Amino acid sequence: MSNFVELSIAKAINAGLRKAMQEDEKVILFGEDVAQLGGVFRVTEGIHAEFGDSRIFNSPIAESGIVGTAIGLAMRGYRPVAEIQFDGFIFPAFNQITTQLAKMQNRSEGFTPMPVVIRVPYGGGIGAVEHHSESPEAYFAHTAGLRVITPSNPNDAYWMIQQAIKSNDPVMFFEPKKRYWQKGPVNLDEPPMGPHQARVLQEGAQVTIATYGPMTAVALQAAEIAASEGTSIEVIDLRSLSPIDFDTIINSVKKTGRLIVASEASTFVSISSEIAARVAEKAFYHLEAPVLRVGGFDVPYPAAKLEEVFLPDADRILEAVDRVLSY
Amino acid sequence: MVQLLSPEGEYGVPKEWAEYGKYIDRLTEADFLKFYRDMARMRRFDREAEALQRQGQLGLWVPAIGQEAAQIGSGYGVGHNDHIFPSYREHGVAITHGIDLMSILKMLRGVNHGGWDPVETRFHLYAIVLGSQVLHATGYAMGVKMDGKVGNGDLENDLAVISYFGDGATAEGDVSESFLFAAINNSPLVFFCQNNQWAISSSVASQTKVPLFQRGEGFGVPGIRIDGNDVLASYAATAKHMDDAREGAGPYMIEALTYRIGAHTTSDDPTKYRDSAEVEYWKARDPLIRFETFLRRQGIGQDFFDEVAEAGEKLSTEIREATFALPQPPTENMFKYVYSEPHPLIDEQLDWLKRYEAGFGEAGHA
Repeated sequence: MSNFVELSIAKAINAGLRKAMQEDEKVILFGEDVAQLGGVFRVTEGIHAEFGDSRIFNSPIAESGIVGTAIGLAMRGYRPVAEIQFDGFIFPAFNQITTQLAKMQNRSEGFTPMPVVIRVPYGGGIGAVEHHSESPEAYFAHTAGLRVITPSNPNDAYWMIQQAIKSNDPVMFFEPKKRYWQKGPVNLDEPPMGPHQARVLQEGAQVTIATYGPMTAVALQAAEIAASEGTSIEVIDLRSLSPIDFDTIINSVKKTGRLIVASEASTFVSISSEIAARVAEKAFYHLEAPVLRVGGFDVPYPAAKLEEVFLPDADRILEAVDRVLSY
Repeated sequence: MVQLLSPEGEYGVPKEWAEYGKYIDRLTEADFLKFYRDMARMRRFDREAEALQRQGQLGLWVPAIGQEAAQIGSGYGVGHNDHIFPSYREHGVAITHGIDLMSILKMLRGVNHGGWDPVETRFHLYAIVLGSQVLHATGYAMGVKMDGKVGNGDLENDLAVISYFGDGATAEGDVSESFLFAAINNSPLVFFCQNNQWAISSSVASQTKVPLFQRGEGFGVPGIRIDGNDVLASYAATAKHMDDAREGAGPYMIEALTYRIGAHTTSDDPTKYRDSAEVEYWKARDPLIRFETFLRRQGIGQDFFDEVAEAGEKLSTEIREATFALPQPPTENMFKYVYSEPHPLIDEQLDWLKRYEAGFGEAGHA
């Protein structure tokens, strides 16, 4: 019998971090306000009380410094888990992530692996000011040397953070901040699957929706509405954005013949674009309709009063469902 | 400015620098000869590499002529457990830590991006993005302190970290962030800035309003300026401040005032932006000549200098031959090290490339 508990995504990440820290004393946590406060989203709440200053500490407000020192600590044999407070604050660290963290293993021809995890709360829908609601995942998926994963539910959050910490490659761990308080069952005994596998959340026959992170719940909602109207939709949670589990997507498209890729990110040059190109290449004769992308508009993330217009909702997905079914 | 050897090769320790003088008192004649040998080796290597570049054997060369005293002195001041985070011009420091010089030429020929073992050698890879390595050194030093390897009075096990960077890199935010992180953590780290006075075509005067050795002060990192063309000052300052760092004194900055006699790289043309009179002024302050004068006054005979010249000839021949013999890197190397664990996209593309290449048969493609 497996040991299940009900946790929110935030608490599941917290529990996963604690477990990783208990199992390996080289795992250390740092970032802005992560210690006594527990981070602005309280994801690391209580960890300082349990593990103390030597394992979790606040960093100065200097994102490049956070990632640059994480690289040095990894060289020293630590397994740093660094928190970037908000998606929109990651850019001061962009240089260290893309030119150093991602390339160190390659530059050193394998002498210097980089077991570093960068945790990033991402996505919108929380009524925030500018730079607090972005979806920058494509920049990192585009960068060779990084692994990019994102959980959409508490069980994945609990296990994927531990898998990220165990990886000897750098992992960008994107946390859907709007869903931090979403609860669900967590199996404390057994991981559901590897961190780079996609999961078919719901089987269906007519249309596949591939999605990830914060949009997963929206896709499920759209599928439910569609089902009530007699349309059978298969929903895939990608979980990993680099590498992408194309086999799971292509197998689904071979069955349904129609694919919609949904995310909060602006669609131009996005994860969705890559999936559309791949599926066109690998499943061309199985497609009954063009692959459609549903996502944010190609504008800067808008002010909070407009974000509901910017972010795709179930209706925007259903509009795409109607379009793919019209072919 | 700490100077123990005058431009005329006269050795003397002013009272205020007595702490540094102690480090020279411990040196033997054999140490002095080793310093000179390696300074000459560094220069010979540099000249040969530049010639190889001019003949199309290297894609680029990054000369360090004029900086031999700063680098060889400092390199020997680093202890046997300490870790070194270089920029991309530290060929002399590499020599003092046993890096195979062909590893450096391999990079500049385009065989790889580095590829020596930074753990075994304690000499980390060259960093081309200015200032990036200073943060890595800072993180490493934080780790050393977390490991309790500082301030135990145990010189066999304690260690410190040194990062090399140039005057140009001091403008990078990463260097300022490094000062801050190192200061608040009281990290065992020495910031060694070789001020060679030119960042490609920008003079140091155009890049800073305060002397560089004072740059760390507001962050809590004290500093000192040394004569970077004085190998003994560079050795003593590095050795002392690494000792202090190892003993728990926290970070410190050394600015070694030197001069880049050559171009920034072989792609540069310094005649466009600086006076030849300035270059001549510094050529007259050549660190090798200064140290040679000192050694001759110490009674070192011509035999030694002949032997060094002969070793230089031998090095040149060896390097030329080894460069010509460098093989084309295997295509797989482009894919092999991107990740430490399998990655389907990489595997798929390598597999495709192999089939594509095989499609051309024995003749290969154009």
